[in-house]
Amino acid sequence: MHWFIIKRLLLLPFLLLIFSIVSFALIQAPPGDFLTSYVAELAAGGTSIDQVEIEALRARYGLDQPIYVQYGRWVGNLLRGDLGISLEWRRPNSELIGERLVLTLVLTTFSLLFTWAVAIPIGIFSATRQYSLLDYLFTILNYIGLATPNFMLALVLMWVAFDKFGVTVTGLFSPQFLDAPWSWARVGDLMSHIWLPMIVLGVAGTAQIARVVRANLLDELSKPYTEMARAKGLPEWRLVIKYPTRVAIAPVVSTLGWYFPQLLSGGLVVSVVMSLPTIGPLLLRALVGQDMYLAGTIILIFCMLAVLGALVSDILLVVLDPRIKLESA
Amino acid sequence: MPQTPTATDGQTASVAGGALGAPERRAAPAARDGTPPLLSVRDLKTYFELDDGTVKAVDGVSFDVMPGEVLGIVGESGCGKSITMKSILRLVAKPGRIVGGQILYRPDPHGRAGGSGGEIDLTKLRKDGRRIRNIRGGEIALIPQEPMASFSPLHTIGEQIVEAIRLHQDVSKSEARAMAIERLREVGVPSPEQRVDAYSWQLSGGLRQRAIIAMALSCHPKLLVADEPTTAIDVTTQAQVLSLLRDLQAEHGSSIIFITHDLGVIAQVADRVVVMYLGRVMERGPVDDIFHAPKHPYTKALLRSVPSMDTEPRVALPTIEGSIPHPLHKPTGCPFHPRCPEAIPGLCDVKVPALRPKESEQPVACFLYHREVEGE
Repeated sequence: MHWFIIKRLLLLPFLLLIFSIVSFALIQAPPGDFLTSYVAELAAGGTSIDQVEIEALRARYGLDQPIYVQYGRWVGNLLRGDLGISLEWRRPNSELIGERLVLTLVLTTFSLLFTWAVAIPIGIFSATRQYSLLDYLFTILNYIGLATPNFMLALVLMWVAFDKFGVTVTGLFSPQFLDAPWSWARVGDLMSHIWLPMIVLGVAGTAQIARVVRANLLDELSKPYTEMARAKGLPEWRLVIKYPTRVAIAPVVSTLGWYFPQLLSGGLVVSVVMSLPTIGPLLLRALVGQDMYLAGTIILIFCMLAVLGALVSDILLVVLDPRIKLESA
Repeated sequence: MPQTPTATDGQTASVAGGALGAPERRAAPAARDGTPPLLSVRDLKTYFELDDGTVKAVDGVSFDVMPGEVLGIVGESGCGKSITMKSILRLVAKPGRIVGGQILYRPDPHGRAGGSGGEIDLTKLRKDGRRIRNIRGGEIALIPQEPMASFSPLHTIGEQIVEAIRLHQDVSKSEARAMAIERLREVGVPSPEQRVDAYSWQLSGGLRQRAIIAMALSCHPKLLVADEPTTAIDVTTQAQVLSLLRDLQAEHGSSIIFITHDLGVIAQVADRVVVMYLGRVMERGPVDDIFHAPKHPYTKALLRSVPSMDTEPRVALPTIEGSIPHPLHKPTGCPFHPRCPEAIPGLCDVKVPALRPKESEQPVACFLYHREVEGE
């Protein structure tokens, strides 16, 4: 098992190298560069910029050089731990990404825990009380949850909060904590704001996972080992939790790997609607403005999280199911 | 597909052949000398309410299990033998339900079922209640059909045996583990100290079946319910498991209900036999009488369809005409009459024969022997 983890970690740099080439190529794929969209934006705003100045900027940012040179310089800087400078913000990328990445990870983790904490019990309940009134109720709620786009839910909740309680529930911080340095009070403020986006982001996944757990558990409940446990005299709830549920949640754990990147990109619209200081809107802005170093760096971080997420889910699966052998993977 | 209990694969042929010649004689169990039966099933009815109608899986079954005896229940697939077993352990899942009858268990006064010497009607207990859970595994243990699937693949066999022990006995984890190793040794699992930490899928079929038996025996149950315990294993291992069961039963003095479709196995292990067809008892009696002097046409047909040493080679084995009717469309009258060569028109297709004579050693539900109608 240790060997497996080491092997996978050793593989990570190679994967990142491939991801970096692909993401850089993708970002460069649209015609023009950062300056073209910069000029277009200025023009749209009614101002213009001197052609000579543009060429000077282009030379300064190295945008006039061949693409592989640009790529080489970016990767070279990354290897030295320098995430580069955002062309648009004229600030170091690390500064731009830093706190947003932390907040995104915190929010994602909370949504994931919320999803599991709600979905798995609902799935277990629905399976053990199949075709009961509550099972039907959960099924209906699940389908509504699946069918509701989460930004829609965000809008509805924001409206309800504003209309009924007179509170504005956007962002992750109260105004006085927005740019404050980290302190326990700020963490507390974050916690008092995070629940709404947590629910909004978690709901769709909840519905999905509850369905998966219900279906899997129904399969497992009819297996002879469940009946054998019952025949031993185990109380019903104890045997359900101990035996079939452990099998039934394996697919849930195995999706952990792509849950993170999915939530990062899926949460984008919600982040925009609720003006959450997460990384999604920053990436969107960077892509629209062809701010290539910023966009590339964010995408690379996503890829790394996806790979690490997959590794974590593989390890969890082995802990869950001794039949899985990592060495053969 | 309807299955007749013929030995189609030839595997059971030799077993059955030898057995048919002369079922092995064992010390007769404490017969009707006044000892009350350990378990009495009285007119048990377990029905399944489906959308298309009611399936009467078990429809008025009665038999006794005496202390220390092996009772064989034989019948084709779908005859209700497994549902009878599940009814005794109260494991019938929805939409199945016990709708009538009694299952009287006379518990060990010192056992955890907490009997005061009286009898408990298992059908009256709450399905998930504490009383039936104390009986399950503790007093009445199950030896299931599929040893492979009956252990959780995610837990070691030791963990699962220890769990069973600690459910019914007040011992520490390490004591329970020592007991689990002892049980494994007793059922002939080699190097049990290592095997106790194995997963079921790391064991061979025979070892898995032995481990399941070890788990069933772990709390010294008074009654073992073995549901086709040898169908999933090869014939050599099967013979070993059967002799193991018999030895253990003799040693512990427990009773066994042995459910199978295999007459050869019945001849090897059973003291008395219950022959079931479509949820009803057709005939029951001591194993010798059932094999040598069968009364019911169904029993006779079953025995004819088993190859024996005396069967002429390369001659088609007789089979029972027709196939088992659909459980939703049971025939009226005697359930066997459409396939019965001796059916009496106007009687067998109209009325249901009762299992008579009641006090006899070998009662039979057939109008060829009496005219007593069920329920009259």
